[in-house]
Amino acid sequence: MNSAVSFFYFLSFLTILSAVMVVVSRNPIHSVLYLILTFFTLSGHYILLNAQFLAAVNIIVYAGAIMVLFLFVIMFLNMKQDQEESKTNLTKIAATIVGGTVFVILFGAYRKTAIEPFNPQTYDSQIGMIESLGHMLFRDYLLPFELASILLLVAMVGAVLLGKREIGERHF
Amino acid sequence: MDLVEFLVKTVTIVAVFGLTLVIAMYSTWAERKVAGFIQDRSGPNRAGWGGLLQPLADAGKMFFKEDFIPALANKWLFIAGPSLAMLTALLASAVIPFGSTFRIAGHEVPLQGVESNIGILYVFGVVALGVYGIMVGGWASNNKFSLLGAIRAASQNISYEVAMGLSLIAILMMSSSLSLGEIVAQQHGMNWNIFYQPLGFIIFITCSFAECNRVPFDLPECETELVGGYHTEYGSMKLGFYLFAEYINMFISSAIISVLYFGGYNYPGMDFVYAQLVKALGSETGHNIATLIGTAVFFGKALFFVFFYMWVRWTIPRFRYDQLMNLGWKKLIPLAIFNIIITGAAVLFLKPVITAWLN
Repeated sequence: MNSAVSFFYFLSFLTILSAVMVVVSRNPIHSVLYLILTFFTLSGHYILLNAQFLAAVNIIVYAGAIMVLFLFVIMFLNMKQDQEESKTNLTKIAATIVGGTVFVILFGAYRKTAIEPFNPQTYDSQIGMIESLGHMLFRDYLLPFELASILLLVAMVGAVLLGKREIGERHF
Repeated sequence: MDLVEFLVKTVTIVAVFGLTLVIAMYSTWAERKVAGFIQDRSGPNRAGWGGLLQPLADAGKMFFKEDFIPALANKWLFIAGPSLAMLTALLASAVIPFGSTFRIAGHEVPLQGVESNIGILYVFGVVALGVYGIMVGGWASNNKFSLLGAIRAASQNISYEVAMGLSLIAILMMSSSLSLGEIVAQQHGMNWNIFYQPLGFIIFITCSFAECNRVPFDLPECETELVGGYHTEYGSMKLGFYLFAEYINMFISSAIISVLYFGGYNYPGMDFVYAQLVKALGSETGHNIATLIGTAVFFGKALFFVFFYMWVRWTIPRFRYDQLMNLGWKKLIPLAIFNIIITGAAVLFLKPVITAWLN
């Protein structure tokens, strides 16, 4: 087994372990920290696939910004372990059904997918590099890219409107 | 990768690591000396000549103090906080180009830990992670003041990261590369980015003050409001790690500023010096000595900005929290976007005209 494959297995083990720990942890702060670890190991997978740009952006956006906000909110909530009144039997059963259904769907999709065979001689290993990614995005997929940016702009305007202070509203 | 290359990389990375630590250590001494100079007193002068052994004495004191963990603190996260702060502070030094190349027996060895084509994104990612050390430590202390300090640090870092990223975009539009080595190489011959991006530079340096939690943006450890901020409950070497991480961050951000805006290891008359050295000492020794001069110039620039941090610290009073947020969101971000538009217009319309006129 060469080093890349063994590293892949190590990384996958770590990913799955930390993902399981996200669900299993009693303390929500621990859950968030394990989720950050999961994002890191996913970035490791991207680097193994030679997609360095995706790895860096994954860290910046998810681990660096979104998870900080998650942590932020959870720290303010001050959750105690004895205040778990929301977890009744009904929600537990519903969660099990939903989770099981998603698992069955994903498993079915996985069984149906046929991975395209690739030729190691003609395969372009630089395809995940930022230069080729930029060419791809701005030449072949320009319209979807711009539409996504408009979507983000709309979301930003919405967030600003929600956060805006109404006229006459008290502030301290 | 063969063994020699691996060893060379290892030595480079360990050297960069050690150098960063030593510089951060002596920054603590320099800070007190600068403070002393500005406040018209001597500063540390008992341990060693001019107080030069003071950092070692401090480290010894920090190590031998009782390592105390509060009873109701979350033990593992309390330890993880300072460790994370140190880790994220040190990670960024890996991609900084400290000089051009060394020529040893026909091999070119770059004076850079890792040359990556996403160098600046890597730095940005590591900076974005810097907040976890403070947040985790502040929360794990189980103290309201620590928590408030941690929350302040997090919101401040997130806010200023946006403006920082936007000011970087203008640089990237000009260099059309994300590799730090490439950005430095393009600034050869007094082609420094500061002449093209003065506004971007001001935004960037303001944001790096905020990211390092330095005065005038040191709200997370504001004594008058928050006791000690996020490290209220910390003592001994754990507190030392927090303070030390701040100095490492200062050095790293100064190095990044000199790489991005002040041409890194480039200096005026560089080609002339290089030609003279190669003529006098041969292509190997001459090249190496020219590289060493470049590295010294790089450290000169970086250390000047470390001094600038200290200078500002003892000159400008602290902001109020709403002033900080208004400056970040309502002034710096629109300015950075304006800078991007101007840069884009200049690259598209002005640059062809000037190049045509020069030719």
